[in-house]
Amino acid sequence: MTQIEIYLLAGAAMFCIGLYGLVVRPHLLHKVMGLNVMAVAVFLVLVSVARRVPGPTPDALPHAMVLTGIVVSVAATAYSLALIKRIYTETGAVTLQETDDDA
Amino acid sequence: MPNNIERPRRAQHIVAVGLLVAVFVLLARAVLYIPMHDTGVASSIQDNLQISGVLNPVTAVLLNFRGYDTLLEIAVLVLAIIGVLSLQREGMLASGRLAPFADPALSLLTRILVPMMILIAGYLLWAGEKAPGGAFQAGSILGAAGVLVTLSGHVRPGWLSPAIVKIIIAVGFVVFLVAAIIPMFFDKNLLEYPLHLAKPLIILIETWLTFSIGMILVTMFISSAAPITDDYVRGDAT
Repeated sequence: MTQIEIYLLAGAAMFCIGLYGLVVRPHLLHKVMGLNVMAVAVFLVLVSVARRVPGPTPDALPHAMVLTGIVVSVAATAYSLALIKRIYTETGAVTLQETDDDA
Repeated sequence: MPNNIERPRRAQHIVAVGLLVAVFVLLARAVLYIPMHDTGVASSIQDNLQISGVLNPVTAVLLNFRGYDTLLEIAVLVLAIIGVLSLQREGMLASGRLAPFADPALSLLTRILVPMMILIAGYLLWAGEKAPGGAFQAGSILGAAGVLVTLSGHVRPGWLSPAIVKIIIAVGFVVFLVAAIIPMFFDKNLLEYPLHLAKPLIILIETWLTFSIGMILVTMFISSAAPITDDYVRGDAT
């Protein structure tokens, strides 16, 4: 197993840890943190893929995609936090509760 | 009653973990299938670097070869900040005071650090042409400087009205969009910069992007943070 493969597998494992937080944890902040862990896992995979190129300089395209991804992840996180704050001020809860209409 | 809830929860939990293990196995197989000795597009980026206008391959990909990604990325940032601001109560952008008073130690540190951060942001913006750096790195350092200023209790200067904040937020995207569209009036494609203008255009776009990204990040931070209430200022909060 090469070094790159270890990083790739770590990325896959981190993605699942983030997905666990997103799916199982009811607290909305935990869900946002899970989404962020998943995003970082994808960046880890992309940065590892960039290292496949022989020679000292890694592939620039995955690096550029990671930069784009970080910004999109920050934007999504900020918007999610604003939504959570609004949900808290409207309902007083930090979880998504089933209303009577859903049941 | 708690027992009734506990049982299905536990079963759901086991099912969820089982599904996640299955997802991991699939993902692990997928990432290990990636061919290890494929050079991807690295060689074509190197071959075409001299026509991109910059010498750093990451900047060339971001601002020229795949400028479309970056244009949509700044659009996502602007959309997110519009969403964040529209969820706020009125006047949040106007006050933006996060610390009850200017802490003297933090204030002194801020006075030393912020000019250096602005200098480093300027360097990163300039270095992005031929070394790691660029608008997004410079913008995040400017944003961090703004967060530091806000946290140390300084109020927003008078000239920085909410309208001007909104203009700075939008200017990077607008400049990028205009630079992307203009080539279409000269029988070229979207984002197809003329060869001799590529470098000045990229520097122009990156400069305005830096200001916009910095302002967007500061505004996101201020909007996500808890506002200072009167209780807290009086020291009654527990």
